Order: sequence, then structure tokens, then C-alpha cells
Amino acid sequence: MRRVEKTRVTALQRREARVRRRCSRPQAARPKHLHTFGESAVENILELSHITKRFPGVIANDDISLGIRRGEIHALVGENGSGKSTLMSIVYGLYRADTGEISFKGAPVQIGEPRTAIELGLGMVFQHFMLVDTLTVAENVILHAEPHSWGFVDYKRAVKAVEELATAYGLRVDARARVADISVGQEQRVEILKALYRQAEVLILDEPTAVLTPQETEELFQVMNNLREQGTTIVFITHKIKEVLAISDRVSVLRRGKLVGTRNTAETGQRELAEMMVGREVLLRVKKEPAKPAETVASVAGLQVRDRRGMPAVKDVSLEVRRGEVLGIAGVEGNGQQELVEAITGLTAPEEGLVLLHGKPIQGLSPMKIKRRGVSYIPEDRHKRGLILEYSVADNLILGLHSDPPFVERYLFRNDRQIKAHAARLVESYDVRPPNPDQIIRTLSGGNQQKVVVAREFSRDPEFLVCSQPTRGLDIGAIEFIHQEIIRQRDQGTGVLLVSAELDEILSLSDRIAVMFDGRIVAVLTIEEADEQRLGYLMLGGDPQQATGELESGVTAK
Amino acid sequence: MELRQSSLSSRNLLVPLGSVVLALLVGAVFVLIAGENPITAYRVLFVESFGSVRSIATTLQRATPLIFTGLGVAFAFRCGLFNIGAEGQLYVGAIVAAIIGVSFGDLPRVIHLPMAVAGGMAAGGIWAAVPGILKAKLGVHEVINTIMMNFVAYYLTDFLVTGPFHGGRWAPETDRVFPTAALERIFLPTRLNSGIILAVVAIAVVYVILWKTKTGYEIRAVGFNPGAAEYGGISVARNMVLAMVISGAVASLAGVEQVLGVHGRFIQRFSPDLGFMGIAVALLGKNHPVGVFFAAVLFGALRTGGAAMDRLTDVPRELIVIIQAMIIMFVAADELIRRLFARRGKA
Repeated sequence: MRRVEKTRVTALQRREARVRRRCSRPQAARPKHLHTFGESAVENILELSHITKRFPGVIANDDISLGIRRGEIHALVGENGSGKSTLMSIVYGLYRADTGEISFKGAPVQIGEPRTAIELGLGMVFQHFMLVDTLTVAENVILHAEPHSWGFVDYKRAVKAVEELATAYGLRVDARARVADISVGQEQRVEILKALYRQAEVLILDEPTAVLTPQETEELFQVMNNLREQGTTIVFITHKIKEVLAISDRVSVLRRGKLVGTRNTAETGQRELAEMMVGREVLLRVKKEPAKPAETVASVAGLQVRDRRGMPAVKDVSLEVRRGEVLGIAGVEGNGQQELVEAITGLTAPEEGLVLLHGKPIQGLSPMKIKRRGVSYIPEDRHKRGLILEYSVADNLILGLHSDPPFVERYLFRNDRQIKAHAARLVESYDVRPPNPDQIIRTLSGGNQQKVVVAREFSRDPEFLVCSQPTRGLDIGAIEFIHQEIIRQRDQGTGVLLVSAELDEILSLSDRIAVMFDGRIVAVLTIEEADEQRLGYLMLGGDPQQATGELESGVTAK
Repeated sequence: MELRQSSLSSRNLLVPLGSVVLALLVGAVFVLIAGENPITAYRVLFVESFGSVRSIATTLQRATPLIFTGLGVAFAFRCGLFNIGAEGQLYVGAIVAAIIGVSFGDLPRVIHLPMAVAGGMAAGGIWAAVPGILKAKLGVHEVINTIMMNFVAYYLTDFLVTGPFHGGRWAPETDRVFPTAALERIFLPTRLNSGIILAVVAIAVVYVILWKTKTGYEIRAVGFNPGAAEYGGISVARNMVLAMVISGAVASLAGVEQVLGVHGRFIQRFSPDLGFMGIAVALLGKNHPVGVFFAAVLFGALRTGGAAMDRLTDVPRELIVIIQAMIIMFVAADELIRRLFARRGKA
């Protein structure tokens, strides 16, 4: 017992010394160009050879050999279910490989549990953070490695150590704030700090950008650059090719559990990576004809909505959506988009204002009544809203239709034959895999879960379709499919309201774009008027009158 | 609490069966402490509860009220609600059934008996509706209110049975219900009565409601994911109240059966915690109607066999309470059981 504590203290002191050194000489931490690509000169800090991992019914990793070089940012990409998270979980000791070897700094290692990985100098930040909400940032960081004197936790020293680390790597976060009070982006920084505090030399980030806004993503990349500058090796799991190209040194692509190949990022491009991931050519831009908008199908006027805490979230919003067009709503998340959408679909009652469908007010009606009038809705959170994870695919495909014929007979009893037939039809036409209507939906991949939501909502032949973050967390193949379906709905004469935090998505699908900031629509642009810079400027609260002038005169939007 | 499992596959059976086995093993230690041979004690336990047609009948009679309370608790569980108020619900059900049973002596049986049963169910349903409405409309936690409603039920029935409906005898009980309102004994000399048939019907009805109707679809949806239910146009509040009403109505049948089939009258504080045992039964039965049946029969058997064990061996009947408590602890610690048996499976 004593011995363990002693080593912990020395490790701690070593680390504090290291941080101090770095703080005083931030430039001198490491020769900068260790990650140049002379094949022979570079050392692999982490080497995986012939890793195979089987789960019942699938081979998650099939004979994967991969070297991670010291000091590089190595992107690991692949579609959902391609085995990238499994592979890194094996490295981190969460799973054990069936066969294969791992060596770290040239020596073979057995990593049976995360503790071993941490002791070796491996850190992992998961998609779902593992923080204690009621503790402060500093307390979370030091948890299980607390600096102490005479048996008491030395909280001051902890705060100081965390602040020093945070400064050294540009991880802006208040060490004394309670985790319950900080944003998702900040929580992620706490997770990174946790790993650094434990002296991680290799940091594995599992789809870190999935939960971030574009601004936070930028900041994360800055942090990743700082870490690389100071000698940390990063394995960056993602399925967004743009991010790979923006930040990584090398990239390895996995497909269906196999390593397709590793490329130097500088020598590859979007098209090649997309093909490697999907295994076929991919449409990177959505193919579409110009819209032929007709009469207004839905509109809101003077809408005011309060959020759950009672604060005004939507402030005097007026919009209209015509048949056959996609109206995109661009905006940094949390600027009232969700409240707007929930007020339209009946999940919250607006405080003031009108929601009209074909000119008739629908505000304040129940979600069921609004659905029955021809409004379909893809919610932004499929786990919280869109699906009942414990239900089968077939039962999820009737959510919202479950009390209407033909799924109910004699007003009460389920018509299981009809439910099954409906499911079989949709599973086939939307290519849900595995094509088994009885499968519990929790066991499907994220992309296939979303296909079920899309299939259900689109198959109702809606008059008005509300899509909120329709492709969040999905891989390229699924995104392509869902984008095409949205355009097909538009071409059939449906009015589409698209809310997305992904500017690419907004730009490639919309015919008109409304920008939402602080609960208001600050501008409505046609697709010809819109580009990424102008939208980004407006999304951050830039003055719409000056948007054009300032950008042209070269002043950067802040 | 465990809400996930919907079917009784072999995987879902692992935890309940494992828990029973482990509880019996722990019980064996106490038998040894009492100075008896566990094998002898358990043999007596088994023979006296399942060894003859008569003992099986007694076991089933003991299981009957537990089936009702277990089903009631399980039903509310499926909607994500923890109904700890089965005890109170069965008391109000029992008193109403008794009041109807001692009145209307000139009604024919086909009207009088269903009326007493339905009256009891209605009372239990209304009793459970109160915490249901408070939960749905005001967000008050149902555990608190169902517990408090138990006390209201105790004292209300105390008052009714010692006051307006006190029978002719000295004891705090009503008069005997008219034979037209009684659930007849179907296996003399045991007290097994046609309540067991009602119990089997209740199992089937609960199963059909949960998995074959749109109501069940909505109730389970609310239990699994209220956010998605709301999105799907399902009224969370309405289904919570409905689930509590059905839960209370089913649980109250335990009291109805005790009054109309076993005691023949309402006796003050007659229930040996049948409502609370129902929570254990639902837990062990994984909130599945069929699982509830087997769990109730097991608990019924333990009580039947336990009495005999007390009589025939040196082991006190309190051992049964220990075993029941152990079963609950092991079921609640399901992860422990899973690991324990998984490791054995590998080795």
C-alpha cells in the first residue's frame, strides 16, 4: 500500500516538473520535425500486429497491422461499424484481442485493462465522457491520482497543476468550475486534461468532433496542434474526411474490420479517402435540379418560445416554407433552433405567435394531431426522441402511426401482420441492415437506426417535413443516402425545413437559407447569395447589413 | 429497476434461476447453524409444497394473491412507475368487495359475485389513480405517494371495519359475505378457490394488453423512453395514469380474493404484506406476466413448505424469510449473478 502511494507521488512530482519546464520554455519542448516522413528514421511508438477480434456473428477487426509514429496525428477513419473504435478499445485494454500483438516503444506489452494502458502512457477520450458532474474540473482531473499531504487531498496544488497544464496546451477551462455547469466542449477538454495529467504520451480521441460545434472543433484542432508541438502522439478517430485533411499527418482507413490502407495526408485527397472508406465511388455533392417552389405550405409568424428553464429562446421569428423547396436554418447550436422546431411540431407550446399549415393555425395542437395533418419530423436526437431503443425495428417504424389503421383493428388491437408487412417493405426500400424487422433497434448501427427514422417519417408522404440534424454522427454512405432522400421529398412537392449545424449540409441541400442567432432570424439568403464565410459571419452574430462590405474589405469575422 | 427484458428467453432466466439457487445455498448455511441437515430441511420444504396434489393446491392458494399483486406491480413497472402501493390498493379493494358481499343478499350469484369483484377492482384502480395523477400532472414521485396512500388505506379500512361495517362478532371484522358473492372452494379441504382461475385470466389479460394492443405499445413506450413517446404523439401523462389504474385494479384483486375466497369476510389488517411481496414477485418474475406466475408459485411454495418445516424439523420458519430476502438481493445484484455464472461457464 505504502509503496504504491509513494510511486504515485513521485510520478506526480515528475509530471509537475515537466509541466513547469514546458511552461517556462514553451518553444523548446521537442524538435519540431520528428514527424517528417523519412520511412526509416521514424520510430513507431505504438505498433499493432495482426490484431483480430471477433464478436458473436461479426469480425470486428480482421488481421490489422498498424504503426503509430511518435509525435504524429494519426487519423483512423472508417464508416460506422468498421472497427475503428474496437481497435482502439483493444489498445486501451477495454477488449482483449483474440490474436495479435501490441508493442509500445518497441517492447511487446499485454494490456489487460485500462489501468495498464494508463500506466504505460496511453490515454483515451471517449465519445461519452466519464466525468463526475458534481465535482469541479480540477477534482475530476485528479480523481484517483490526487496530490495529497498527510492524507488530505491538496486541492490548491490540484488546481494549480490543472491550470498549468491547461495553459501549457491552450485548453481553456476553469479549474474551479463544477462539471455540471460547463459546456460539452469544455467537458471534452477536461477529459483531455485527465489523460495529460496522467502523463499520456499517446492520446486516443474517439470521434471527438461529433459533439462539438464548428467553433469548438476549431479550438480542438488548435489544442491538437499544441499537443503535437509538445511531443504528444495523437490517434484521431473520425469519419469526417475534411477533418482528416485539416489536422492529421497520416491516415489509416478501415472498412468492415479490415485495414484498407495508410496514406500520408499530404498525398491523398477527399475522393480517394471516400472511396477507400465506402469501397465504391461516392457522390460528394448532392445531385439536384434547381428547386421549383410553389405555394407556401407552412409558415410561422411572430413566434416566441421559452426554453425549459423559462428563458426566451425563440424571439419573434417569422418564416415561410414553400412546396418543393428546402429552407435551411443555419446557426451555431443552442441559438433557439431546437425550440423553434419543437414549437412547430407540437412538442412545446409557443408563448406567442402563429404556426400555420396551409394557412390554418396548428400551434398548441398535440404532436399527434400535427402529425396527422401531414407534418413529418426527423428529431435531432434519435436516441432521446426518435426511437425507442428497446423496441424492434418494426415497432419503431409505426411510432406515431401506431394508433391509426391499418396497424390497429377494432380500435385497440395491434394488427401484427400489417405491422410486419409495413416493416418488411420499408426495411427493403431504405436498405436497413440487417434486414430483420424483429431486430431490437439498439443493436443496429447509428446509420441504420437513422434510416429507420427517415423511412418512417418519409413514407408518410408528408406535406411538410422538418429535419433537424438529419445526418448527425452518420458515415458518408448513410449521409449520401439521406441527402438524396431529402431532395427526392423536395422534388415530390414537399416543403422541407432543414436545421443543421453542418454548414456543408445546409449549403448543399438548401434552396434558401435563414440564419438564426440568439433566437432571431438575422438574415434570409438565397443559395446564390450564401457562402461559408458569409454564413459563418452571420452565425456568430455579425451585422447582416455589413456582412457583405466587411468581408469584401478583408476584415475577418469575429 | 430492470425494464429491458420483454421475453422469457434462456438468457433472461439466468438471473432469476441463479438467484434462487444461490439463495437456497445461503439458506443452507443458516440451516446448519440451526443444527439441522440442509438436505433434510429442503426435502421437507419441497415435499410439503409440491409432494402431493393437496400440497400443490395449498401452494397455489398461497400463490394466488401474490400473482395479483405481482402482476399489478409489474404492469406499473412497464410504464416506468414503481407502485409500492399494492398493499393499500388491495385493502381498499378488499373492503369494497366485503361491503358489496355483505349487502345485496337477494341478488343472484351471476350478478352479485361480478359486482363484488368489479367493485373491488374499481376501488383499487381509483386508489392508484391518485398517485398516478399527481405524478403525471405535478411530477410528484409515485413512490412517496403510493406509500402514503397505503397508510390512508390502513386507517380508512380500520375505521370502516370497526365502525359502520363492524360485524356481529366481537373481533374487528365484517360479517360473512353472502354465498352469492363468494369465490367457491375448488379443492377441499384446502382453501384453494376459484380466485386462481381469475389469476390465470388476469395473467392472460395483462399479457394481451401489454403486447397485443396499442395501449400496451404506448404504455411500454412511455416506460422505455418518455421523450420518444411524446415525439410519437403518445400522451405521457394519460398513459401514466392509465397504467396506475390498471396496476391498482389488478393488485386489488389480491384483497378481493382473500375476502371472497379465503376468509369470507374482511378482517382488520388481514394481509401478511401481500402487496409488498408483490414487488419481490414482480422483480423475480422480470415484470413478465408468465414470470410473475412462477415467482408467485415459488413464494407460495416457500410459505407452505416453511410452515411444515417449522413443524417437522428444528429449522424455524423464519428461514423462509431469509431465503426470500436473499432471492431479492441476488436478483437486484443481477450483474453479480451474470458474472458469477459467466465465469463458471468459461472455466
